[in-house]
Amino acid sequence: MRTNDVMLQTATKVVTFIILMFAVHIFFAGHYTPGGGFVGGLLTTSAIVLLMLAFDLETVKKILPINYVSMTAVGLLLALATAAASIIFDVPFFTHAYDYYDLPLFGNTSLHSALLFDVGVYLVVVGVTMTIIQTIGEDG
Amino acid sequence: MMMFYWISLIIVSIGFTGLLFRLVKGPSIADRVVALDAIGISLVSIVALLSLIIETEFFLEIILLLSILSFIGTIAFAKFLERGEIFDRNNNR
Repeated sequence: MRTNDVMLQTATKVVTFIILMFAVHIFFAGHYTPGGGFVGGLLTTSAIVLLMLAFDLETVKKILPINYVSMTAVGLLLALATAAASIIFDVPFFTHAYDYYDLPLFGNTSLHSALLFDVGVYLVVVGVTMTIIQTIGEDG
Repeated sequence: MMMFYWISLIIVSIGFTGLLFRLVKGPSIADRVVALDAIGISLVSIVALLSLIIETEFFLEIILLLSILSFIGTIAFAKFLERGEIFDRNNNR
């Protein structure tokens, strides 16, 4: 059944990018304030779900040709590798390293190895939720 | 001014309980969906008033998050009521 969703599709084309930018903001805000990889992943998932609602599953698969199962695997590997890297430096498991650097655009920034762990969490959350949603959505 | 915020908070909370009643009792599904959407908006205004009262900016991101989630939830429910399924396999046939 061909339907006419002009209003929803036009709104989605704008709102999706607002949600994605907010997800990036929340992801980096997780360093000092509430936020982090989990919430950022959920927000990214909700942006993709909005795309799926406005368009359809095959279109979203065509514009985002990502295998979400291997995305989960890569995220788990990244998180575990960040946690296990502390063993090489002879410190307890999960010890993180950080330092302050003068970056050209951001000024004095603290770079933290917990960011890599958070990237892993982000990939796992997006991968798992998108796998669940795609599996359930393709049933009907 | 603080008194004004507190009075607004109380009024919004009374409206919130009315919406909860409609969510539980609501004769049709459409009533429940509208109540859920309005609950989302009430939650946003409650969080905004609370962040005004305790003078913090940390809650402002939660407002954006709640409104995004309520927007997507309302669209999903509306599509489910209209067509009976949430995700189409292919729109063009």
